[in-house]
Amino acid sequence: MSVRQFVPWIVGAVLIALPFVYRDPYHLHIIILILIWSFAYTSWSMMGRFGLVSLGHGGFMGVGAYVTALLWNHLGVSPWFGIPIALVCAGALALIVAYPCFRFRITGHYFALVTLALSGIVLQVITATRDYTGGSLGYTPDRTKGSHLVALQFDDKTTWYLIALGVWVAGLLIWRWVDRSMDRYALEAISEDEDAAAAAGVNVTYEKLKITVISALMTALAGALYCQYQMFISPDTVSGIAVSLQMVFAVVVGGIYVALGPTVGAIITILLAEGLRIGFGTKAVGWDNLVYGVLLVVFIIFLPKGILGSLLARLKSPGKPQP
Amino acid sequence: MLVVNGLVKRFGGFTAVNNVSFKVEKGEILGLIGPNGSGKSTIFNMLSGTFPPTSGSIQFDGSEIAGLPPHRIINRGVGRTFQIPRPFRRLSIFENVALAGYYGQGGGSGGHSLAKANESAEKALAMVGLPTDRDASVDGLGAAGLKKLELAKAIATGPKLLLADESLGGLDEAEMDQAADMLRKIRDELGITIIWVEHIMGVLMRVVDRVMVLDHGEKISEGLPSVVSGDPRVVEVYLGTDADMTQAAAAEARR
Repeated sequence: MSVRQFVPWIVGAVLIALPFVYRDPYHLHIIILILIWSFAYTSWSMMGRFGLVSLGHGGFMGVGAYVTALLWNHLGVSPWFGIPIALVCAGALALIVAYPCFRFRITGHYFALVTLALSGIVLQVITATRDYTGGSLGYTPDRTKGSHLVALQFDDKTTWYLIALGVWVAGLLIWRWVDRSMDRYALEAISEDEDAAAAAGVNVTYEKLKITVISALMTALAGALYCQYQMFISPDTVSGIAVSLQMVFAVVVGGIYVALGPTVGAIITILLAEGLRIGFGTKAVGWDNLVYGVLLVVFIIFLPKGILGSLLARLKSPGKPQP
Repeated sequence: MLVVNGLVKRFGGFTAVNNVSFKVEKGEILGLIGPNGSGKSTIFNMLSGTFPPTSGSIQFDGSEIAGLPPHRIINRGVGRTFQIPRPFRRLSIFENVALAGYYGQGGGSGGHSLAKANESAEKALAMVGLPTDRDASVDGLGAAGLKKLELAKAIATGPKLLLADESLGGLDEAEMDQAADMLRKIRDELGITIIWVEHIMGVLMRVVDRVMVLDHGEKISEGLPSVVSGDPRVVEVYLGTDADMTQAAAAEARR
């Protein structure tokens, strides 16, 4: 057994032990946010890496968050049931939007535009039904009076840290499962040439739908978790076009073709947002989006594999400059 | 094995294929020739399900396949190559063929294993003479290599009928002969029936059992190579511009 094989176990043990040793609540909070957003970005990259660029994932995240919260507040449904229902809703939404796109071969920029509309529509629905959702002012799940476990509400950061860690790891495992499956070959082939993929026997529409639904379900779960952790959601934070673009940005910056790329992206985006908030306070509201925009252009031109992707490529073949 | 009846394809007001009927017997190699734009590729695209015919029927092994999506037609046993090779450059050579071996034989809908896909990939690669190691990149292949890869992908789908689209464009003469022999080898050793679309008459005439000639979307001649290449209508529409080529083709066919 080489040392390399132990690395994931050592890292895992350190990550699990962390909240018991290190108890600074602010830093733990930042790490939890990074883990939840890493999972959301990983979800986006599941399809993004195959050229299925969705600008609608804010919509799925919004559905995950709002359906869970609305069911709890209005019908008293525990998030343990509310989250699966929210996932079904997000999955159905993904099918409704994606099936016609794939069936009628709306690809590339046009697919991105359709999904962009999805972001907008979910945002509009949330604001339009403000009597129920609180509109753009945001929404808060009712604090539980009974069991915290049933309500999936915990005051303790350690619990949330462990939940977020588990979900993040699960996201990476799903990424790896797809990466090692025959579906990856099929999806790579589809992203290059749909007709040729079909001529190799691939059911193009089905394969694309499958990965889209997996991605949408994961994203909705991220939304629901974010809602349960923050206990406050608003269209700007879990839905809408800004969130969708932030996902694209983070994944491209981190590295779209590597498992931990989205995680690196999350670390950068969240530290950037926090840095701006602490450094400039309310003066800097919206600056992070500006920085994202500029960096996105720079990265797509100069470092299309992202930070982690380029780094790994360089480690593999030292000396040879990477494009 | 394949019975095509009254096949028609219109694109708007343009009729690309007009009422074409033909049969393919098990084990034969049928040559399909005609000038550019005569409807050869359109027929292939309908046979393989890239798009449905406007009207007409395509019966394969006794059941109707016209209008089925491509992956279902391939799972029934009709494989195809493209006129211009379309490799997946983000996959290795082996992965290209393994993909076809997996999905082409019903993978994804159950009942087909990865191990079997890898096995059919190895066989197909060995058949066409490409390396079977797992990591060889597509980027290292030249024109002839890409054509071989195209064939290997089609064979790996386990076809009973292979639609080979202009497989020789861009090859030199030695490579052409090699490729023609390859098609014959595929038929002889794997028992795969072949329809071969080709521009280059000479080589085609030497290998095919029968030939069918298209012009402006209509069938104008069909029969043994030696007979067809002497058909005055064929000479006029297809070869008329170059009498030497006709004679060369006829001579080749008689050989």
